[in-house]
Amino acid sequence: MSVGIVGYGCYIPKFRITVEEITKVWGENPENIKKGLGIEEKSVPDIDEDTVTISVEAGKNALLRAGIKPEKIGALYIGSESHPYVVKPSGTIVAEALQLGTDLMVADLEFACKAGTAGIQCCISHVKAGQIEYGMAIGADTSQSRPGDALEYTAAAGGAAFVIGKDPLAEIEGTCSFTTDTPDFWRRDKQDYPRHGARFTGKPAYFKHVVSASTNMMKKLGLRPSDFAYVVLHMPNGKFPTRAAKVLGFSMEQLKQSLVVTRIGNCYSGSSPLGLCNVLDVAKPGDRILMTSYGSGAGSDSFVINVTDKILERREKAKKTEYYIKRKQNIDYGRYARIMGKLKTE
Amino acid sequence: MVHKSSVPLHWRMQKSRYNLIGSKCVTCNTVFFPSRILCPKCRRKGKLESFQFSGKGEIISYTIIKVPPEGFEKNIPYAIAVIKLEEGTNIAGHVVGDIENIEIGKKVRAVFRKIYEDGKDGLIHYGLKWELEEGNE
Ligand SMILES: [Zn+2]
Repeated sequence: MSVGIVGYGCYIPKFRITVEEITKVWGENPENIKKGLGIEEKSVPDIDEDTVTISVEAGKNALLRAGIKPEKIGALYIGSESHPYVVKPSGTIVAEALQLGTDLMVADLEFACKAGTAGIQCCISHVKAGQIEYGMAIGADTSQSRPGDALEYTAAAGGAAFVIGKDPLAEIEGTCSFTTDTPDFWRRDKQDYPRHGARFTGKPAYFKHVVSASTNMMKKLGLRPSDFAYVVLHMPNGKFPTRAAKVLGFSMEQLKQSLVVTRIGNCYSGSSPLGLCNVLDVAKPGDRILMTSYGSGAGSDSFVINVTDKILERREKAKKTEYYIKRKQNIDYGRYARIMGKLKTE
Repeated sequence: MVHKSSVPLHWRMQKSRYNLIGSKCVTCNTVFFPSRILCPKCRRKGKLESFQFSGKGEIISYTIIKVPPEGFEKNIPYAIAVIKLEEGTNIAGHVVGDIENIEIGKKVRAVFRKIYEDGKDGLIHYGLKWELEEGNE
């Protein structure tokens, strides 16, 4: 029996801040930034939302679609670069809130923006080995950016959860990774904000890894871009995935359904997983999807996913990605700075 | 309302606070939150079982907090409401979302949020808050 995604679900916080609103503070030209980054606005977590709360809400939706008892989950992996504690796993809190029970393996994963997809790979292996019946992998982040940094326009919040097991709504036909030691983006312990190698983040980092992993993946299964209905690539902005898709030989038609970044920003570990959710919300049985994540440091995980007829009944059982994208409230920079703790009061 | 509490006390209440698990008297069908060990109606004839609430309810009363207790300074203004759960029984809770539009009778649903952080080095306490349902108008 095939192994794959049995249930999926997402969560995106309600607040948005537009590119215009941020440029007003820093005196930049909004049209240049919007054109350069390919984004309109980004999601912002409320004062009481973090990676744990986003994971719980996404996890509830994934369980609703899977239609299984929560305690049947045997492993939980949460990939994030904004775990609320440095020491104390996010996963234990999420597991308790989702009532996954105690016969459960939990680990928090970190690999910049690709830790969520690394969790999917772990779950596939456990299920195939017969160690567990179902696993849950979550990619979620409330990403931080230094005020005035280019990342401030894109660093957003959101996440997606996947229940992995047999009898899937989308079979995972294959997965592979591409990994090198590349210093494009990092954050040291006790530092509030990450640093990045500016222009260095493009060619040798994002493009090399995303293109290599995707090419290797298709080669392994003997597939070509024309065999896919959709492609989902990590979205640090709107431009990078568009260019990478073109390099790989995919059309805009194959990419656009997954390109949620233009309306919600880069949700880091939640980025390609949220793109996949938006594709699963509309995909037909038999549609093939190529998904490739990217995490700085650096690596990419690539997946070939084949939608089954189980999608039709299960996807209606929880709120869709479009619901969370449309459910929004725009805020000004003052409120944004207060929520994100950008104003130091002590 | 949750106030600063000891680590063991917080831990003991965690399950019900995260998941809205109360109890139900199967003799008279009354539900309770937090859970009880004795049904006040049936007394010795009552039989109580653990009961999972759906997390749906409506606002029956509320107040807007502008002068917060210690630890809630960043949250103001926020609303504390009495919520009638769909299955019966009332519960007090923190309402999130568009609180400018809060009204008695509006529908809410439980969401998992941070309740408060015990300083910069203490525990982060999580639990349920109540979000106004979309399309309430
Ligand atoms: Zn009774």
